[in-house]
Amino acid sequence: MQKYIFKRVITALITLLVITFLLFWLVRIMPGNPFPSERMTDEAIAAKRAEMGLDDPILTQFVRYMKKVLKGDFGKGTSLFNGAPIHTVLNKAIANSFKIGGIAILLGTFVGLVLGIIAALNRDRFWDVFCSVFSILGVCVPSYVFLIFLQYTFAYKTTLLPYFFDSSQFLKSSIIPSLSLSLFTMSTIARFTRNEMIEVMDSDYVLLAEAKGMYGYKLITRHVLRNALIPIVTVLAPLIVDLLTGALVVEKIYGIQGIGKLMVDAISGEGIDYNYVLALGILYSSLYIGIMLVVDLLYGVLDPRIRISAKGGDQ
Amino acid sequence: MEEKDKILDIKDLDVSFRTSAGTVHALRGVNIDLYRGETVAIVGESGSGKSVSMKAAMGLLASNAVVNGGQILFRYKNEAGEIEEADILKKDKKWIRRNINGRHMAMVFQDPMTSLDPTMQIGKQITEGIIAHLGVSKKEAEERAKALLEEVGITDAEKRMRNYPHQLSGGMRQRVVIAIALSCDPDLLICDEPTTALDVTIQTMILNLILKVQKERGISVIYITHDLGVVAKVADYVNVMYAGKIVEVGNVNEVFYEPAHPYTWGLLSAMPDLETEDSRLYTIPGSPPNLLHEPKGDAFAARNEYALAIDEKEHPPMFKITETHSAATWLLDPRAPKVEMPEELKRRIERMRKEAE
Repeated sequence: MQKYIFKRVITALITLLVITFLLFWLVRIMPGNPFPSERMTDEAIAAKRAEMGLDDPILTQFVRYMKKVLKGDFGKGTSLFNGAPIHTVLNKAIANSFKIGGIAILLGTFVGLVLGIIAALNRDRFWDVFCSVFSILGVCVPSYVFLIFLQYTFAYKTTLLPYFFDSSQFLKSSIIPSLSLSLFTMSTIARFTRNEMIEVMDSDYVLLAEAKGMYGYKLITRHVLRNALIPIVTVLAPLIVDLLTGALVVEKIYGIQGIGKLMVDAISGEGIDYNYVLALGILYSSLYIGIMLVVDLLYGVLDPRIRISAKGGDQ
Repeated sequence: MEEKDKILDIKDLDVSFRTSAGTVHALRGVNIDLYRGETVAIVGESGSGKSVSMKAAMGLLASNAVVNGGQILFRYKNEAGEIEEADILKKDKKWIRRNINGRHMAMVFQDPMTSLDPTMQIGKQITEGIIAHLGVSKKEAEERAKALLEEVGITDAEKRMRNYPHQLSGGMRQRVVIAIALSCDPDLLICDEPTTALDVTIQTMILNLILKVQKERGISVIYITHDLGVVAKVADYVNVMYAGKIVEVGNVNEVFYEPAHPYTWGLLSAMPDLETEDSRLYTIPGSPPNLLHEPKGDAFAARNEYALAIDEKEHPPMFKITETHSAATWLLDPRAPKVEMPEELKRRIERMRKEAE
């Protein structure tokens, strides 16, 4: 098992390095400059580029950059925030995004699981149909549409909740964005849980468990849920990353200083901020790779078939 | 000899399934008797209702099943050793799970590759039922489970207890399934095609194992099968089932040596055999009726070359041939023309008789 984890971690690090290099190269071949250059003379631009070392060979630049990154220094913004160190800005943004995303994940997963279980246990009856309709809506309606709807009803029509994000009343102002972000996860998990549960409930081993005299809570928790959870964990992983990082539009509309908004600003400002794009890119990739790694290991815990083969063969 | 004690008495069981295509009348009045310590085989083509009738007895019918009528009387020995009787159809699921399933009536399923929970250790799958039914401690249940595994011929029981199903072969898994079925010392064991999914060599081993535990524990067994070879080996009585009805019932000699129903003739003729002169294997023409549209008269008439005019109009009753042997065919009516079974089958039965001697 340790060998397996070690192998997976090494692969993950190599993947991360390759992604970073690709990003590094891609931002540099994009047209434009990493600083506001519209009112600058050609000479001034050339001087600035030389100062930033942008005319050096790409590999030299990359090695220079990586050396700093490995020390934990992501540099300064080249066009955003007047050159404040990236990690301080990033830390705040990460905190905001992760808190809101985290609530959305917990909410989405928990409610999704419960809805899916209720639907499966009431197959083809009212609650099943109700959950199905809800899931379809939740998957089809984009989170920002739902956000605007919530904003309109709870912040504009009635002033129960703040209209924009306000970090001084964090809990209150995270309800609307978390809820709208969780909708997609909730629906996906609900639909998956229902289908997996039904498949497992129709399986021979559940029939055997019933023939053994198992019923009710014990049957569901011991035999049905555990087997149904395995495939759910796989869909959960990318959903988690999406929620932690991918709330671009929601953050922009609700005015949350999160990494999603930061990414949009870094690209759409005057000049592409190379350092922010790279730092965020590395963050996104390592989150994705990290969570996939965790899921793979979790898979082994849930499914003995994988655990054993990872150990290196049958006994 | 003491009077025989009826353990299972299925009377006029009538079950249909609601499907999106309409109502399928799967069981149309099934009668099955089983006496304590004896073995009954239920034979028939796929879809004839063999499994459905046994699932009904176990209270395991799918949620879209409707019981239209009948009785399933099950007489088991309770904790005090007294005989208790229950009509399974009148009890709710929870009661059946708690008091019957796995405790007094246990089942072995067709496919051992899929009938064990892939995420649970073998030992736990056995002890689970023991703890639930007998209320013993975990440690005691584990001791019992180990003894059971040894009884069904699994070596290294201690180690196997901690294995997961995928670490065992098909034959081993079926042994585990049998151990689970035997774990609470049931009165009745239902085997739903227990060897169909296994290799031929392992088939014999599993059959012998079931025969052995039956003898040692004195339990009654019901076999659901379409393999007449299995029937001949294990059964005392045979029920031949066709389109949701029992069409012929008798002891094993009667059904094999003096079959009366043309369907049974067809089944026996369709058995592969090395000595038959015709090199082609006989098949019963046509296919079983779709019970979505219930046939009028005898369901087998359309495939029966001996069908009489009345078969089209009215379903034949059970005609009694001997005390134990009866068949539902109008050919047994005194007014019917005298029809003999096909010559080829006669010769085949003659050969079977000689082999048996």
